[in-house]
Amino acid sequence: MASGIKDKVAILGMGCSRFGERWDVGSEHLLNEAFGEALADAGIERKQIGAAWLGSCADGVNVGNSAIPLSTALRLEGIPVSRVENMCATGTEALRGAAYAVASGAVDIALAIGVEKLKDTGYGGLPVVFKGTFNDLWMPYSSAPAGFAQMAAGYRAKYGISKDDLKRAIGRVSWKSHQNGAKNEKAHLRKAVSMETILNAPMIAEPLGVFDCCGVSDGAACAIVTTPEIARALKGSGNPLVTIKALQLSASAGREWSTTSWDGSYVQNTRNAAKAAYAEAGIKNPREELSALEVHDCFSITELVTMEDLGVSDAGQAWRDILDGVFDADGKIPCQIDGGLKCFGHPIGASGLRMVYEHYLQMHGRAGARQLKNPQLGLSHNLGGVPYNGVCAISIVGLEGR
Amino acid sequence: MSPVPSTGIKSFGAYIPRHRMSRAAIAEAHAWALPSLKGLGKGEKAMCSWDEDVITLAVEAARDCLRGFDRNSVTMLDLASTTAPYADLQNAVVVASALRMPTSAACADLCGSTRAGLAALARAGSAGDRLVIGADKRVAKPGSIQEMQYGSGAAALLMGEGDDLLARMLGSESVSVPFVDHFRQKDQTYDYTWEERWVRDEGVGKIVPPAVTKLLKRIGRSAEEVKYFGYSGGPVGSDKLVAKALGIAPESLLPDLQGKAGDTGTAQSLLQLVSALEQAQPGDVIVIAAFASGCEVVAFEMLRKPSDTGRRGLTGSLARGIPETAYLKMLSHDGAIDLEWGMRAERDSKTALTELYRSADQILGFCGGRCERCGTVQFPRLPACVNCGAVDAQVPYEFSDLQGKVMTYTADWLMYTPSPPLYVGMVDFDIGARLLMEMVDVGPQGIDVGTPMEMVFRIKERDSRRHFDRYFWKATPSA
Repeated sequence: MASGIKDKVAILGMGCSRFGERWDVGSEHLLNEAFGEALADAGIERKQIGAAWLGSCADGVNVGNSAIPLSTALRLEGIPVSRVENMCATGTEALRGAAYAVASGAVDIALAIGVEKLKDTGYGGLPVVFKGTFNDLWMPYSSAPAGFAQMAAGYRAKYGISKDDLKRAIGRVSWKSHQNGAKNEKAHLRKAVSMETILNAPMIAEPLGVFDCCGVSDGAACAIVTTPEIARALKGSGNPLVTIKALQLSASAGREWSTTSWDGSYVQNTRNAAKAAYAEAGIKNPREELSALEVHDCFSITELVTMEDLGVSDAGQAWRDILDGVFDADGKIPCQIDGGLKCFGHPIGASGLRMVYEHYLQMHGRAGARQLKNPQLGLSHNLGGVPYNGVCAISIVGLEGR
Repeated sequence: MSPVPSTGIKSFGAYIPRHRMSRAAIAEAHAWALPSLKGLGKGEKAMCSWDEDVITLAVEAARDCLRGFDRNSVTMLDLASTTAPYADLQNAVVVASALRMPTSAACADLCGSTRAGLAALARAGSAGDRLVIGADKRVAKPGSIQEMQYGSGAAALLMGEGDDLLARMLGSESVSVPFVDHFRQKDQTYDYTWEERWVRDEGVGKIVPPAVTKLLKRIGRSAEEVKYFGYSGGPVGSDKLVAKALGIAPESLLPDLQGKAGDTGTAQSLLQLVSALEQAQPGDVIVIAAFASGCEVVAFEMLRKPSDTGRRGLTGSLARGIPETAYLKMLSHDGAIDLEWGMRAERDSKTALTELYRSADQILGFCGGRCERCGTVQFPRLPACVNCGAVDAQVPYEFSDLQGKVMTYTADWLMYTPSPPLYVGMVDFDIGARLLMEMVDVGPQGIDVGTPMEMVFRIKERDSRRHFDRYFWKATPSA
């Protein structure tokens, strides 16, 4: 009988490159930048890595296919190296591979690393991705913003919220993230922005304007994981260990977009993964128990509905909670304390790991100007695809024993 | 009196593209070089959206025609056009697939002249009903008179025998002479036209009235008995001269659509016939003439008024216009200018022809599935039911005539589309199915959650490298 992942895997070290328009480097350097920091943080040598998982999404843009780009960049010779991809949930996918390898006893120390070099496309926004020869024939190809903007229409219609109120609420989401990102040296965007600028920005996909959409960035983030026993042996038993409390994934199978059961106002996969993650982590009241949230704010509307899907806001109330500052840095449950996808950036394969990185730093008291008081449990929410056809990956990390 | 053929018209339909370009806007654009165009700058002309072509126009006219009729009774499909997209790929077969015609229906493309549609009516059919469609997507050289006068559209007639005819064919006349008033060779974009005065005086005036007179004599009717007279193909205004020469009353002239849709080429004579069928009373005589390389003339006698099938017809088509004033938009859709759409437009739209053939009933015919185990109607029809997972348990279910509503939507300004913004969203069908669809012809009133939608057949992507366009269905606000 499966017993879940809680407290079976500890994070030995983490690293994260500076995210942004890294014209100066390609993915090879980004991988080394993140890995070098993680190795030093873990206090181990490269040859102690027993297996590695590379998460990278747009293999046609820079990285190339298979796991070879990772083994070559980091000179991981002759060890198991796997390539994983699950659209924007890729980062958490890489963490799952490494964590399960360690928890199964197959590997002592494993590496999960995500990278993306999107600024080789030549234009802003995500590159158009191939969806299959059959889907080519019927699926409308719209942009990523359009996929999520539809949820604004659905949410607004379901709860009878005016277009103006919703626009203000989603604008407030981005405003808050910009306030946080300004305190993060590694973030892509580090300037606060006024609500007026946000609300009057050019339209991308109605009602999402420029500031409702995260940009694309280059970057890499990684985690080195091991068993709590090995971690204690390497680091000494005096230091607090950050362990993985839950790792859950939920993927669509067609119901949301081929039947009329979904009402357009939430993400079913987030609800599925959150429920399973809370059970795995033993969390009964997320709004009270979680210290901080890092969610997939590819678009401001996504973060809004995610608050309800994670159960930290009541149905139809997230927009009010947001306007009331519940998720601000000094609010009841800070969200995107590191700036989120919106400001830290969104190199696709790295994002899920970057979220864990912030929780990890917070729990080790290393978050500098962003430091929260006594963080114990951090949830990362990583969403690939679109609300009605995608993958949600949720990881919860926390202090061991919590 | 000569024997009268027993074939006639069972049903009819029409489609005019909804986008209507202001002729004043065209004239204004050319005012710096050709100020005389201002004289023609009244009213509108119908312009195709980027995703419309002869095949899609034909499908919409045919759907209109076939409301209430069993497609399985159609044994022939003739598609007449001078602007069909393919020189070697049977355009009529693509149309037939979208209409879900039986594969045994004989399909033919008739091309080379704007009179081809009318000529097709006059040709004998085999046993069973015959669908005749005339459609043209006309482009004209910027600054030409034709740019002001040409339009796009399609008309469809269901021909057959039996007791339920709307109108019976009285007879036809054909004159074939090498009078070249205009021409366009295969790989050329624009027509080349000769002087209007010569065309009118030497061509129209000397060819059309004698042909009509000859036909009327053969079928034993006089000019005074012609209640509705349609004439097309010659210079604008020459219809009045022909009517006068024949002694046909000016009130009997069917509209030349100038200032409304324009001269729709191969569709024009059939649209005039549709116009007559919408108005005529039993006993009325209808004569339609098409001038091109000589002329074709066909005469009908109305037998009974058409029943109400919810038909759009010409009247309904003309009524649903969306005003356009951006002249460059028309040039862009026509392919006359190539805008810098940016790197996003570089995406390769290659179609796997193997997959297209495997999925033709789903993609062209818009047939999803209904699960026999749980009853769920769904699109696409994948091996396993989306609701209960039963494998290979679905029967085909037709989607094209379903009504639906917008469940979610957005206007996407980021994605490459030849006509920004790209409207996309979930359509919930009244039957309980759902599909993510592109939404087109969203007029100035816009759409919102709950807007009623119906289905239309359009080009999905154009492969600009290999020149193969793929088609699928899109949603549009219901009439």
